[in-house]
Parts: sequence; structure tokens; C-alpha cells
Amino acid sequence: MLNVFRSKPKYATVKQHERVEKKDFPDNLWTRCDCCGKMIYNKELEKDGFLCVHCGHHFRLCASQRLAKLVEGHDFQPFPPLIAADPLTFPGYPERIKLAQEQTGLDDAIIIGKACVRDSPCVLGIIDFSFIGGSMGSVVGEQLVRGFEYALEHRLPVVIFSGGGGGARMHEGIFSLMQMAKTAQAVGRHSRAGLLYISVLTHPTMGGIYASFASLGDIILAEPGALIGFAGPRIVEETTRQKLPPGFQTAEFALAHGMIDDIVPRNQMVDYVGRLLKWHR
Amino acid sequence: MIQAFEWEKPILELEAKITELRQFVDSAEMDFSKEINTLERRVEKLRKEIYEKLTPFQRVMMARHPKRPTTLDYIDLLFDDFVEFHGDRFYRDDGAIVGGIALFEGQPVTVIGPQKGRDTKENIARNFGLPHPEGYRKALRLMKQAEKFGRPIITLIDVVGAYPGIAAEERGQGLVIAECIEEMSFLRTPILAIITGEGGSGGALALGVGDRILMLEHAWYSVISPEMCANILWRDSSRAAEAAELLRLTPTDLLKFGIIDDVITEPLGGAHRDHALTGQQMRAFMRRYLAIINKTPLDQLVEQRLARFRKIGQFAEKQLAEM
Repeated sequence: MLNVFRSKPKYATVKQHERVEKKDFPDNLWTRCDCCGKMIYNKELEKDGFLCVHCGHHFRLCASQRLAKLVEGHDFQPFPPLIAADPLTFPGYPERIKLAQEQTGLDDAIIIGKACVRDSPCVLGIIDFSFIGGSMGSVVGEQLVRGFEYALEHRLPVVIFSGGGGGARMHEGIFSLMQMAKTAQAVGRHSRAGLLYISVLTHPTMGGIYASFASLGDIILAEPGALIGFAGPRIVEETTRQKLPPGFQTAEFALAHGMIDDIVPRNQMVDYVGRLLKWHR
Repeated sequence: MIQAFEWEKPILELEAKITELRQFVDSAEMDFSKEINTLERRVEKLRKEIYEKLTPFQRVMMARHPKRPTTLDYIDLLFDDFVEFHGDRFYRDDGAIVGGIALFEGQPVTVIGPQKGRDTKENIARNFGLPHPEGYRKALRLMKQAEKFGRPIITLIDVVGAYPGIAAEERGQGLVIAECIEEMSFLRTPILAIITGEGGSGGALALGVGDRILMLEHAWYSVISPEMCANILWRDSSRAAEAAELLRLTPTDLLKFGIIDDVITEPLGGAHRDHALTGQQMRAFMRRYLAIINKTPLDQLVEQRLARFRKIGQFAEKQLAEM
């Protein structure tokens, strides 16, 4: 499932991948938008939550950047960190984890904890694509479940940004697959207690992440242009030998096919989510 | 003769020789019993040597053998009076998943499973056993029906994955798999899941949330197929055999990991060599495990089902890891 993002299918949205590596936007003053090609003054880019001021293109955010935009200076209490094990003794996996930890400063592909979004307390989780494609192994699964359990115990809503769901993490084999069941069940318990779960799909939400907790929100939102789907576009193209329709598996495609509630541009996200949380208090 | 794998050719050649000799003895009225005995001992030894040391990928190939029993074959072998129900009441009937009610040893049960074709024509009709969202919606509909009427559910899983197609995406493949997994987890009726062949990723898990999970000896179950794994690791799906080793997808591994409850032994050489015997072995396991989950009070059953998945995962608390 993960592979989709590591290759570069002939697909418009996938061009964004090159951006992962330069997500920090080095000190120079200007950034060229990969979508429209125009130059954006970096301060302007940052102010707007890494949106292109010309075409509205959404640059990829890392989890901490997104978190800052959502909590707006309010307190965020992360849950105790967990570290991936290597249950299959998969060659290269421990090194891959270590490298990802060094590069991102994260323990694994998720930050999750108790937060306040526009004065509404909630459990807020954000998946980070830059950590092994934002894939779900045992740590991401367990952290999500703990988040939903905490929310259930304290009767809080949950907001998860599946920002960069590379799907299930192949290196943990069957253990990754089982996280799909584990997280779906945690959502189910929380939901059956009458509590709110808002799932926000950001680029890209695919595979095992889309086919479990990310699809199970009471309200499902997406950022414009986000890639959303089960099988990666390259796999679909190879299997069906059909030309993919324009805009296939984008947020707009998901909206048109009735799979999500709304598309919310990033600079309106806090307002939007904040309002929903308030209405459900 | 059934299609043979490269690695089992020595066995089949010897078996053919024995048959030939027997026929010759019958016609020539000569005594070759000593020679036949020797050959039989040799073939026995050879079988043991070969079949007990199958590599993970050889097992994957066994799971994909074209003559391996399919879901409908198992239904024939194990159940009585099967009535097949069709459609998701919404879009269409997906032939890649079959389901309905049947009697298992006299008890009405709901039985559901992905269905591969037994020949090219059927394979085309059944989309090579690759289900669309409507297939999973049908499965979910039948599972809820089973819950309503207090019937146990038996799923027979043999699917390399949910279909990765344009229409499947348009109709919410990911969404429906998530729904299946979530709803199945809370169903107030006993669920026995058996991985009979291929257990490929979310498409298999969507039918695999059971109170007891069993696996046939030459079945596999993992988050990704060996071919796709090899494609990701080395951009070369022909190295699937190596990937199969890494993924730890055999029932032996999965039993050790606590993912499954038991392994159903297949006839020597695989289920495809003796469908009836395979059915007999399965029946004994099914009877045993169904009896247990049939007896468990429903509240307890659902709690145990959730607890089973809740504890799956390997990780370390950071503080401990860094000390």
C-alpha cells in the first residue's frame, strides 16, 4: 500500500511528493509553487498555512506545523510517546525508524494528545507523512486507540488529521494489518457512546488508513486536492490498464462520489472544525 | 493428473511409476510386491522431505493452486442445504463474494466468502475473486441478518485483495472495508473466520474479525502480497519468494504471534490433492470451535472479540526504551 507514494505515477497530484524533502522551506525568501509555478513570498506562504497565494495550492505540512495552526497557542498535552518494535525482524526496519526519528524529530508517524481547538477541549491527532509515509504500524495504531479511549473516558470529541496516510506499514506485516481492526474498534466504542469524531483527510490518505479509522468519522472532511482512496493510482492503472479519469481519487472526486462531507481549505480549517466542536458540546 | 509444482515433480514421477508397475502386475500376473514396497517407502520419505520443508513462498503457491477448493467447494463439502443470497440491495450482485444460509451439522449458519473462479469463464464472471464494494456490502448485509436471527457466522477467506479498480474507488472501496471491519467487531453473534487460501490485506480482514480465527496449513495472511512487497522493496515483483520470507505470513508464524487460534492440517501435498479429506479435517476443527463460541454469552463474546484485537501490536514505552 505504501508503495504508491514512493514511486511517481503519472498523476497530477503526485508531483507534490517532491515537496516532502524540502518541507522546511529554506531561508531564502521565495518559494516557487509546484502547482502554478508562480513565486510566493515565504512570509506570506507561512502566514496562510502554506497555501499558495496565487492558486490556493496546499503545500504539505508536517505535523507540528499543522498542530500550531490548530491549537493557536493553546495548550497541547501529548500522550506518552511510544517507540516502534520490529516484530518481524524486517531487514532495515530499525534503521529506517531511527533515520525517520532523526529527520523528523518525531517518535513515530503521529502526534496525538489532549488539545483545545477554539476553546473546545478534544483529543487531537495528526499523522505526519514525512515519517515513513505516514504509515500505520503498531505505534500509530496504539496511540490512536489510546486517544479514543482517553476521549471515551473523559467524554471528549476526537479530531484526527490523517495527514499523509501511506496506509499500513509493510515492515510490521500482519501487526500493521491488525491495527486497522484495532483502530476501527476504538472508533466504534467511542461512537457507540454517542461521542463525536471528526476525520480530516489530507494529502494523501490511502490504503489501510483510509480503509479503517479515517473512513469512520461522524463527519469526514478533506483538504482541497488531497489524494484519497484505497488502492494507489499506479496500482489501479496497472491492474485495470485503463486511463485514469482526470482528478481520480482527489478530495473533489471523493466529494462528488459521496464519500466525504465537505472540502475545507486549510485557512478555514480551524474555524470550521472549531465551529463543529462547539455545536457538539 | 493435477497441475504439479516444480518442487513436487520427483514425488509425482515416483507415484506414476508405482501406478504403472501395479497395472503391469495386474496384467502380467507377476509378483513385484517387493519392488512396489521399496518404491512406496521411497515416495513416502520424499513426500515428508519435500512437504514438511516448504518455503513460505511455496506455501503461497499452494494457496493459489488452481485446483485448490474454492469457497463454494468448501460449502459443498462442509454444509447442507446451502441457499445462496444475492446482492447488496443497492447496486448489484458481486459474484466475487458468495454468501447465504446453510446447515452446519444441523445448525443454520450464515456462511460468506470471496469466490475465485474454477475456470477461465467463471474467473471472468467473478472478477478473479477480487471483490468490489458491493461485494463487501452484501457480506455486511448478510452478517447483520445473521445477527438479527441469532445465527453464527462462518467466513471462508480466500482473497488476494479487494479489487483496485476505478469503479471500486468511485463506490468507496476503502470506506466499505472500514465499515465491514467496524460493524463485524460489534456483531452480537458468534463469528468463526477461516482463512482457507489467500488472506490479502484489508480485503481479507474485512471478513476476518472473528471470535476464533483458523487457518489452513497452506494459507497465507498478511498486510500485503509478496509480489507487491517485492515491488516496493526492490521494484521487482519476481523476487516475491524473498518477500514472502520477510513478511512472516505462514500459519506457523501467525500462530506464534497470537493472530490466529489454530492451524488446520491439510492432506499431504495440499488441499487440492484431496478435497474430501480437507473437508473432513476442517469439519472437526469447526465443530470444536463453534461449540465454544456458541456457548459463550453474547456480551462476553463481543468483549472478548474486542479485547483480542486491542492487545495486538508490538512497541515500547519511550522511557523504558531509552533507559
